[in-house]
Parts: sequence; structure tokens; C-alpha cells
Amino acid sequence: MATNYDYEEAPATYDEAHRQDLGYDPNFVPDSVKSLVVHLYRHIREKNVYEIHQMYEISFQTLSDRLFKDTPWPSVDAVAHFVDNDQVFCLLYREMWFRHIYARLSPTLKQRIDSWDNYCSLFQVVLHSVVNMQLPNQWLWDMVDEFVYQFQSFCQYRAKMKNKTEQEIALLRQYDQAWNVYGVLNYLQAFVEKSNIIQILEQEKEGLEQFTATDGYDYSGGSNVLKVLGYFSMVGLLRVHCLLGDYQTGLKCLLPIDISQQGVYTSVIGSHITTIYHYGFANLMLRRYVDAIREFNKMLLYIYKTKQYHQKSPQYEQILKKNEQMYALLAICLSLCPQVKLVEETVNSQLREKYGEKMARMQRYDDEAFAIYDELFSYACPKFITPSAPSFEEPLVNYNQDAYRLQLKLFLYEVKQQQLLSGVRTFLKVYSTISLGKLANYMEVDDPTLRTILLTYKHKTHAVDSEGKVISNADVDFYIDDLQIQMAYTSNFGLTSG
Amino acid sequence: MGRERETPKEQQQVSYTVEQLVAVNPYNPDILPDLENYVNEQVSLQTYSLDANLCLLRLYQFEPERMSTQIVARILVKALMAMPAPDFSLCLFLIPERVQMEEQFKTLIVLSHYLETGRFRQFWDEAAKSRHIVEAVPGFEQAIQAYAIHVLSLTYQKIPRPVLAEAINIEGLSLDKFLEHQAANGGWILEKGHGRGQLIVLPQNEFNHPELKKSAADSVPLEHITRIFPILG
Repeated sequence: MATNYDYEEAPATYDEAHRQDLGYDPNFVPDSVKSLVVHLYRHIREKNVYEIHQMYEISFQTLSDRLFKDTPWPSVDAVAHFVDNDQVFCLLYREMWFRHIYARLSPTLKQRIDSWDNYCSLFQVVLHSVVNMQLPNQWLWDMVDEFVYQFQSFCQYRAKMKNKTEQEIALLRQYDQAWNVYGVLNYLQAFVEKSNIIQILEQEKEGLEQFTATDGYDYSGGSNVLKVLGYFSMVGLLRVHCLLGDYQTGLKCLLPIDISQQGVYTSVIGSHITTIYHYGFANLMLRRYVDAIREFNKMLLYIYKTKQYHQKSPQYEQILKKNEQMYALLAICLSLCPQVKLVEETVNSQLREKYGEKMARMQRYDDEAFAIYDELFSYACPKFITPSAPSFEEPLVNYNQDAYRLQLKLFLYEVKQQQLLSGVRTFLKVYSTISLGKLANYMEVDDPTLRTILLTYKHKTHAVDSEGKVISNADVDFYIDDLQIQMAYTSNFGLTSG
Repeated sequence: MGRERETPKEQQQVSYTVEQLVAVNPYNPDILPDLENYVNEQVSLQTYSLDANLCLLRLYQFEPERMSTQIVARILVKALMAMPAPDFSLCLFLIPERVQMEEQFKTLIVLSHYLETGRFRQFWDEAAKSRHIVEAVPGFEQAIQAYAIHVLSLTYQKIPRPVLAEAINIEGLSLDKFLEHQAANGGWILEKGHGRGQLIVLPQNEFNHPELKKSAADSVPLEHITRIFPILG
């Protein structure tokens, strides 16, 4: 099994927390920070979305780079009085505070739990009270994205029971509701429902609502927060379901968003990529290779054309990483379903460069081929999780790889079933017609075996789509007339009759 | 293939409620017993709901102590009956590896493997050895026969009788009756093969009659052919 799956996260022991505190005074507020929160607070109250976005995207990053490279930001208590102790602003500030910890430092267990509490409080406010803000889509997307990320991170962390200290175990037992899977899913679901986003998107098609046209912003004096959080939560749900291995439901959650068009999901590059990456991956696992190839192709072309504009953005590294992963997934899809004509020239040449050789080897379906499928899958797949609470009984084990191992195993099982197809494909491409007997001879199998191979080919190349319809994704097709195989086309290159 | 069929009015009430639960409140541990009952209902009434069963498998994933392997086995059998849809794999993705190692699940996985790779003879042999698993679900045999015919229809314009017989596990007089019925109602045509026995002409579709397809297929580039010739010798 490939080793490059290991979830990279430094263990946050007590010493780590202490190191975090060295030279850090949570109550010290540099002037630049005071200035930032005061202005940000004012812009939020005045609904100056553009200024909010500038401060959020740029100022916050700049200060983090300059002053808080490896320490936390000042505590919320220290800045609260600069912003009238505004409850909502403090919750938002805290959300960014924790996000900074995850990004630059290593969260302790207590911090993970406190972050969960903060999300609960923040989400309760948005769901149950009238929030009168307009926040940039980037910020709202980051909140949902970070929420799912911290959930995934927590599951990974919790599944490594082997070296947990007694304090950590005690805390885990005490706060067993923190980051529980029901809570996470139900918050995302609540956003989708309370915002009424599905109905809004439906009505938009009939011209009865405006949402996409305004990028989700409310120009009639209201707030965009609940609606846009509801919208991005659909992508959040797709992501969580993929992490659980439930691809069918994941795609169902995304259904209200029409990915054949631009939409609010494309208004933020991170959201665009996350959506397509998970959509493609889910379709790959559902054996709908053509759907996956189409979307990966579009996304990779888009990234190729636009990544220069994101060079300075804090998301740049993530964009590049997801780009590479999608090329790997595309290589897998095309090896299982050779439909090169679906891939645009630029993307194809990038693909050849990165994976040309590996793809040739994958299509040989020998042991080496399986190793490459393993390698690419492991590199590109989501960080699957085990959502259930750990057993606290001795001996304590690490089970953080279990979910990934299962998905990989089942994926390779499918690849193995398709093993025989490569050989028959080669022959089918050369003949316009050939008898079963002759082909069986060439392939060195007996008649009944050849028949099963041909049936497998037909079954595997005819996927069932989301509406239960059968769709062929075969690049070369045939039918059998009694003892004779007929290819589905005639070529003018002088093909042989077997 | 085990898709939804008409159910009596009162039972329809119950299914409607469960489907609603799954649509509106799926992430809720309290609906687990309802979902389990629904699986049993699907088995006895020969209905099927992938969404509800995935919902249950998810809940089992969230709370493994509440998992009933008997229910899981029934879900998998129903999923098998939904072929060619990939429902069986979708369910396996949600079932922990250690559970899949149990005997009854290993058997079901083998059965699925045979169906996925067109090995119908091996499938029926194995199914005969595992009657207790497959006989527990009414409609199983018919569903698999329907799948077999589906794959055969993708592949064959004309199929020899023995090949068909092996695939759907019907022989002799029963097969005669079956073929007559299909000829009368399913558009099948029974021909005499050249001294070798009966040939069955399956109904035309775009998969076994490519001329019925709307888009034209591509032709083979020259390099492909020149690469092949050395092998042919």
C-alpha cells in the first residue's frame, strides 16, 4: 500500500501547547491589530462588502505573516472592547483565530473542542436570529470549508489512540459531543433548509428569484449570510459524504447546483475546485467515468488559464495541490475508460507529460499496473474518515487508516475486474469482424471464457446513470451474431476480417 | 430488477413516511429502527430503496454497536438484485472491512464478482450452495435473470440456446415455456440454428444494433494497426 497517504499533522502534545505560549501574551494587542478589528467591525456594520473582502483577504494575511508567524492572534477577550463587545463580531473573530491556529500552528485537543463550541455558537446565531450582515463569498466559503476540514482533522486525530496521554483521553471522554458526525451533518443540513436555498435555485430558473445573478448578494437591504452559507453547505455535504464513502448521497446533495453552468460556486476558486474535485471523485467511484473525465477536463483547463491570477492568494498552494490530484484522477479514469477525445488538447499534453508513461503501464493490467493504480489513487483520494467514537479499552490502537484502506481495496477490486478488458479491446480495434473461435484462439482462452470476457466488456462499458438509464462509454463496440463478432463501425484503413 | 412496484395502500403509507424521513431528517439516530423495518418491508413486498438503505448503512457506520449483520446482508442481496446498477459496491463502501470478512458477506461478494464478470454458470452454482442467503429474499432469482438478459441484450443480436440457458439457469421444458412467453410478449424471435440447435434473436437496441446509435464511431488511427500486426504473425 502506498505510503504517501499519511496524514501530515504534528502531534499536539502538552509541550506543543507550551511552545505555542512562549513569547505569546494573549492580551497584548498591537496597534495594527486594533486598527484592523476596528475598521473591519465598522465595514461590517456599514455593509461595505468590498472593503470587508480586502481586509479579510489581504490585511489579515499580511498581519499574520508579519506579526503572528508562529503565535496565535490576540485573544478575543483582548479585542472585544474595541468592537463594542459585539457578540457576532467576536464569534467571527474567534473563527478566524482558530483557523489561524490550524493553518500555522498545531491545535491542542482543548483548542479543537473550543473551536467546535465556537462554530456551534456562530451557527446558532446565523440559524436562529436575524443577522443583518453582508459578508464576501470568500469568507462564507472559507467558514464552511474550514468547518468540514476541522471535522476531518478531528476524526483523524481521534483515531490515533495509541499515543494519547491520560489527559487527552479524559478530555475526549468528557467532551464526547465535540465534532460528532451527527452535529456536523445536521448543521450543514440546517443551513441548506433554513436558507431555503434549494427552492431559491429552483425559482431562479423560472425567473422568480435572483441569486446567481447577484452572486448571492442581497441588494434589497437584507443579508446574504444565511443564503450563501446554505448554498456552500451543499458542497460541504458533498465533501463530508465523500469522506464517509457515500458517493451516491454526496452527489445527491450537490444536485440543486447546476455544474454545467457558472454559479455562486464558481465565484470563489476554492469552492469551484472543491466542488469539481469531489464531483469527479464520486463519479469515478460510481464508475461513471465519462462524467468524471468531462468535469476534470473543464476544471483543469480553467486552472491552467487562471492560476496566474491566484499566485498571491493564500489558497495558491491548495489550488496547485488539487490540480495535481485531479490530473492523477484523470489518468485513472482514462486508463479505465479510454475516451481521449473528451480531453482538451492543453489538458491532454499536460496529462501526457505528468502521467503518459504511467498510463501506458496501467493499461497492461499486470502487477506493476496495480501498483500504479494504488499509487495514484492513494495520492489523489480524499482523506477518508471513521466517523464513530473510539473504543477507550485497552489496547489502544490507531485506526486512522481503516477508512482509506477499505476504499482503496474496493477500488483496486474494481480495477482487477476490468483487467481482461484491455486485451480484448486491442483485438476489437483491429478487426471489423472475427469469429468467436478465432478470437478465442488469439487470446488463448476457451470459447466459454471468451464469452464471459465479452459480457464483462459490455457490462463494464455500459454504466447506469443517475436516472437509471444505460449509457455506453465504450470507445470501441461490437455485437455478437451467433458465432461471429461484428465491430460497430467500418474503417477505411483496410481492417482485416478474422 | 427489484425496482419499486405497486404496494397496498396501508403499506404505502409506511414507506412514504420512511422515504420522507430519509429526505428530510436523515442524520438522526432515532430513525434507525424505522429504516431496519423498511429493509424487511422491501424484502417481503419486493420493493427497493437505495437511498433509505444507504441512510441506514451510514447510521451503522456512525454507531457500529447498533449494526445488525442480518439486515446488512439483506441490504446487500437487494443491491445485487438491482444490477446492472452499481448499488452493491456503493453499499460495500460503507461496510467496515472486518464485517466484510464474515462468511456470509464473503459469499455475497463472490456472487457479485461472478455477476460483474459475466460468469453466470459459476454464479448459479454458488447461489445453489448458498440457498439460505438468497432464498431469504423473494424475487432474487427473477432479478438476476433480468440482469442476465440485460447484459445478453447488450451483447448479442443472436444467441445460441445453450448460452442463454446457462445465463438464466433455466433448461428443458421450463426454458421452452419461458422462450414462448418472451416471443409472444417480449419481441424475441426463435430461429432454428444450422443443425446446432435453437438460436434466439433478441430485440433490437442501440447496444446490439450500433446502426441505431445516433453518433458515429471513430475509425482506428493507422499506428494502432501497425502495432498489432507483429502479434498476428
